[in-house]
Amino acid sequence: MTTLYTEDHEWLAIDGDVVTVGITDYAQSQLGDVVFVELPKVGRALKKAEAAAVVESVKAASDVYAPITGEVVAINDALAAEPALVNSDADGKAWFFKIKIADKSELDGLMDADAYKAHTA
Amino acid sequence: MSAVDALATDKSSILKQTPLHALHVARGGKMVPFAGYDMPVQYATGVLKEHLHTRAAAGLFDVSHMGQMTLRAKSGKLEDAALALEKLVPMDILALAPGRQRYAQFTNEVGGILDDLMVANFGDHLFLVVNAACKDEDEAHLRAHLSDICVIETLPNRALIALQGPKAADVLATLCPEAPAMKFMDAGPHSVNGIACFVSRSGYTGEDGYEISIPNDQAEALTSALLDHPDVLPIGLGARDSLRLEAGLCLYGHDIDTTTTPIEGGLNWSIQKSRRTGGARAGGFLGSDKILAQLDGGAPRKRIGLLPEGRAPVREGVLLFADTTSTESIGSVTSGGFGPSLGAPIAMGYLPNAQAADGTTVFAELRGQRMPMKVSPMPFVPHSYKR
Repeated sequence: MTTLYTEDHEWLAIDGDVVTVGITDYAQSQLGDVVFVELPKVGRALKKAEAAAVVESVKAASDVYAPITGEVVAINDALAAEPALVNSDADGKAWFFKIKIADKSELDGLMDADAYKAHTA
Repeated sequence: MSAVDALATDKSSILKQTPLHALHVARGGKMVPFAGYDMPVQYATGVLKEHLHTRAAAGLFDVSHMGQMTLRAKSGKLEDAALALEKLVPMDILALAPGRQRYAQFTNEVGGILDDLMVANFGDHLFLVVNAACKDEDEAHLRAHLSDICVIETLPNRALIALQGPKAADVLATLCPEAPAMKFMDAGPHSVNGIACFVSRSGYTGEDGYEISIPNDQAEALTSALLDHPDVLPIGLGARDSLRLEAGLCLYGHDIDTTTTPIEGGLNWSIQKSRRTGGARAGGFLGSDKILAQLDGGAPRKRIGLLPEGRAPVREGVLLFADTTSTESIGSVTSGGFGPSLGAPIAMGYLPNAQAADGTTVFAELRGQRMPMKVSPMPFVPHSYKR
């Protein structure tokens, strides 16, 4: 499984033609205490760069963009009950949604872990 | 993610610093621009824990960006300064006893609010604390209207900190033994750790606490001495905002401004009888015709508290509707977010009188959906002032 990163601080774990999307640990550290997460509905067709989810800290609301085009095939219901998971385990348990990839070429140009690390340095 | 890079520190513009700037940076404050100053929005503790710590123990806030000034009558008589100031505020300043402080608003000719402030009687002069973003305009306003009667002096040589929370009195007592004997809104000069300060028992969190004006060159030493106490944590502007929102307190420029009157803003309580219709010095302040007419006959709209029924925070600027289908909004949210002590989203905003009664359901339009919210009494978290 490969993990790639966007400039907008999302991670994408790619497993075949399904990608799991979350926000990075850097993003959660910048946002602060997360108090609410709104996720897309399963079955929704997302276009790349479209606002797909909302994550809210005490301070502010942020959109999470669809990093690639595709259909939402699963969402992480645990985030509704425990939004603070985003702070405690952004890279793991706090995944946001899974998308069935429509066009794999959209993955080209995303960053690998080293490039993302440089991006946020 | 839209906000992440915006939340990262922006040093692009030239920002002023308070005398406590180095202390904030040394303690890990995340610095952001606020009212022209480079201020800590939070520390490593984080907004949520800073908020809860203030309600449970004591939080220390740097509010040195706010404007401090004095008003002295050229005649030397305090009452002349008090009567002069009464031309600009709908409050009874003449009856404000020595050593006491009062909440006030500067109004304009059409009844709007230019700023809100604290006024204290320091015996031979008045001491004012105004908002950072308004302090230059406030000074000009005072000079334009009161210069013939008063000498107006700004105090840029003084820092201002707030110590807030249930442990504030015990903490301050270690450096200022007379502090616990002060009552809510008592104000005056006190020695704190041997430093000549102005102390008031007041604040902006709904908690018991103090605001302490300190000479700039001693601000860091005194603040560090208070932070050395195990019950005290430094608190940033993020928690300051969530604390005041839970306490139902207005943020100038958001919940009140030049387009809202004190009556629309629900600040009737702050206008004493003597300045109301039939009072000894009724009216006679800028915008008094409109403000007293609204006080007597009602205002068309009102600032109200709102509790979203869902979990989503509803923030400033969100429009409010009477139902799920109407196309015309009836009001808007002026402050909103998450209340850490309530563990739920809270907001305040303006609604027409017909929809302003407690328990009324209105709808916020959020990301294309109408979300129900209930008009709710404020404060959301009870005040715990030591009256």
